[in-house]
Amino acid sequence: MMPTCKEVSRLVSQGLDRQLGFIERLRLRVHLAICDGCTNFKKQMEFLRKAVKQLG
Amino acid sequence: MSDFRTRVEGERPYLLRYAALQLRDRPTAEDAVQETLLAALAGEAAFAGRSNLRTWLTGILKHKIVDAIRRASREAPAADADQMEELFDETGHWREMPSAWADPDAALEQKEFFAKLEECLSRLPARTAQAFMLREHLGFETDEICKELGVTATHCWVLLYRARMALRLCLEQNWFGR
Repeated sequence: MMPTCKEVSRLVSQGLDRQLGFIERLRLRVHLAICDGCTNFKKQMEFLRKAVKQLG
Repeated sequence: MSDFRTRVEGERPYLLRYAALQLRDRPTAEDAVQETLLAALAGEAAFAGRSNLRTWLTGILKHKIVDAIRRASREAPAADADQMEELFDETGHWREMPSAWADPDAALEQKEFFAKLEECLSRLPARTAQAFMLREHLGFETDEICKELGVTATHCWVLLYRARMALRLCLEQNWFGR
């Protein structure tokens, strides 16, 4: 079963906090390959991390 | 007043702003800064030879902030509601698809962007903001954050997820969507 955008957004976030399992990474990759919205979301999360590090 | 004392005191406004952003409570932030300044004055010898006073003081303050969060989480366990549901429909699709942000790296060159980011952070619920800043600004691992805040790993991930979702929306509405 293809993961939903909602699940993918959660996995993208958790991927910044813990090592995802093999199945999780696979589900993520399959979804991101066909979903522009989630791909944009993932880039934005990475950007957010970079921005907050530079704060202060 | 000694020269060192004057310089340390001069950093107070900066430190207060920094602490308030992360602690979200003015009196607690003031306490953390006060402890930092006292520690700095007592440890003047430790500063000798270092080039940047602000960096040194901020380093001390970071420890005081973590101590304050630790104390607060012992006193008040957290509870805040899930508002994520409105971002997705019943089938789990985005109600509004995220579109690409134009040249985000250029934003990192702008002071105004960071002011906006701070404003967005200040709108987060206190616990969510604390977890997020511990993770992304102070660089703690999730298991350490869970311990500091006294929550489970799962709850910790939820807090971080909520923070990211809310900040994304806030930046989109107030910066990238302009």
